[in-house]
Amino acid sequence: MPSVKLMQGNEACTLGALTAGLDFFAGYPITPSTEIAELCAEELPKVGGKFIQMEDEIASMAAIIGASLTGRKAMTATSGPGFSLMQENIGYASLAEVPVVIINVQRVGPSTGMPTSPSQGEVMQARWGTHGDHPVVVLAPGNVKECFDLTVKAFNIAEDYRIPVVVLTDEVIGHMREKVVLPDFETVKVTRRKAPASPGGYKPYEADPDGGVPLMASFGQGYRYHVTGLFHDETGFPSNRGDVADVLIRRLMKKVENAEPLIRDYATESIEDCEILVVAFGSSAMSSLSAVRQARAKGIKVGLFRPKTIWPFPEEPLRELSSQVKRVIVPEMNLGQLVLEIERVIGCRAPVERLSKVNGELFKPEEILFVIMGGEK
Amino acid sequence: MSDSLKYFRENRLPHIWCPGCGHGTVTGALVRAIAKLKLDKNKIVVVSGIGCSSRAPGYLDFDTLHTTHGRALAFATGIKLSRPELKVIVMTGDGDCTAIGGNHFIHAARRNIDITTILMNNNIYGMTSGQYSPMTPKGMLGTTAPYGNTERSFDLAKLSIAAGATYVARATAYHAVLLEELIEKALLNPGFSVVEALSQCPTYYGRKNKLGTPVDMMTWFKDHAVNIKAAAVMSPEKLEGKFLIGEMHNSPEPEFTAEYSALAEGVRRKFDSFQGGLRECAQNSD
Repeated sequence: MPSVKLMQGNEACTLGALTAGLDFFAGYPITPSTEIAELCAEELPKVGGKFIQMEDEIASMAAIIGASLTGRKAMTATSGPGFSLMQENIGYASLAEVPVVIINVQRVGPSTGMPTSPSQGEVMQARWGTHGDHPVVVLAPGNVKECFDLTVKAFNIAEDYRIPVVVLTDEVIGHMREKVVLPDFETVKVTRRKAPASPGGYKPYEADPDGGVPLMASFGQGYRYHVTGLFHDETGFPSNRGDVADVLIRRLMKKVENAEPLIRDYATESIEDCEILVVAFGSSAMSSLSAVRQARAKGIKVGLFRPKTIWPFPEEPLRELSSQVKRVIVPEMNLGQLVLEIERVIGCRAPVERLSKVNGELFKPEEILFVIMGGEK
Repeated sequence: MSDSLKYFRENRLPHIWCPGCGHGTVTGALVRAIAKLKLDKNKIVVVSGIGCSSRAPGYLDFDTLHTTHGRALAFATGIKLSRPELKVIVMTGDGDCTAIGGNHFIHAARRNIDITTILMNNNIYGMTSGQYSPMTPKGMLGTTAPYGNTERSFDLAKLSIAAGATYVARATAYHAVLLEELIEKALLNPGFSVVEALSQCPTYYGRKNKLGTPVDMMTWFKDHAVNIKAAAVMSPEKLEGKFLIGEMHNSPEPEFTAEYSALAEGVRRKFDSFQGGLRECAQNSD
């Protein structure tokens, strides 16, 4: 039975994770994500899952990767400073192809910054935070209900493609309370990594070079295989050969490239006849939606495009839409990060106007409305 | 030997360690201890970090995990807490474990999580060709200590005991029989166990410090090691310049994952309790 609840984004993320089959949580206290760890500490032992508070965020990432290798669905949650520490082992999960989910509730950075204020400053870190070319998927909820939906989706993508998936929220989405209509939990689609049938002849990284996903055995099941952060061939053992490295890194990147049309997710508002397009995600999109509706009430032909998958970016639909508009406005709580991707996608089809805010406050709808109406930024 | 060989991935040999290196001896001692205990090779996970020591798991026929520098114990903690039924062993080095991994080390010890840590102490970063580590003795040379190391070094046994490890022992690549016995006891301890194995690095530490051949270095181990039992009746003067080997600490205490499982048993309930949304975890049996 669907149910209606009043809950905050951090609770909805936790509930989504549990619905997706979360078995294991490792984390470290940090504002504004701590509620997720607290809820996991309370709920996981009740269902046979495990919670552990690690000594830091480096260890938290390591522990969830270890847990995932034993067949568990594993997650951590953090914010900027902790997310920085996690980058090392996010790279490990990308290369070793270990499914994990990271909830990153953004606050203002760099450094300790403003711990209790929202920001969208980790768009690029979420994509490129760890060194080297690596696959990662980043999902950005725009309200509390989507925290639930996209956390479930994050687990499914992590399991289907054996990659780390980041759910990128922010302090406002994480702490805001909204009415949420929750689905009948038993009907929620949940997937699990594909496992080999038996240890005989198992090659842990054997897959179609064109973005194939290898079958994943769990530790302790008799496969006795090797996992390393070194480049490796299909047997899983290290290789220094350039051709092996080339095939591996291209296959890893192709996994996400192939997945993009399948996992692509975005929302739109009033786009049919729009001549001005606002492109925004997360809590900036909430202010944008309000601004678009106010502008429409004044008869201005403006629409909203709100990506929910931000990496990989849903480029096709936005490119198509940009051909019909005269202006594109991109409000972001940073000094211009996702806008770089939007400019790349749109090219010369329409001029892109940046609207930045980095004072730890949400956009007021009026600020976006002012720009829609043609005011100077 | 034939008993031990079945625990090796023979097709991964020969190993990458230099001629005269002690790491093969230490790995051999671990494997013989496992063979003697007749442990199920399907239920052993060996985890390592980065460095010469951390290449060992690749040669062993278990589920093996070669992780990031210093993080082996953090990965191992996730594995052990997820699947307490698995025997989890960490193979690490002096730099990997006590420098970059120092925080993970003291916290694994504090939790008394059932992980057996074999630390191969060659007093140097070998893989990166000879920089000083937190376990390079004061005054000794390294490529980053060209005029002698001015830092004090860790006594791993004391550090382990203070941090909460419940089994702590030390031997050397010379004392291979003792080493095997100590590892065996460490594997049997249901808690966090540390065995420090001094291992000669003739290529970098030995050469830099003019310590002679691998045999000379092992002879030094022989001449300077004193068993802790013998040391108990020796004067401080006689112990000057010596180091202790043997069992330093054996004091079982409640183990972390068992304590967590017992706690969970008390609070477990079916889904539908947290705002209607919990599913039973799919694979949990413990």
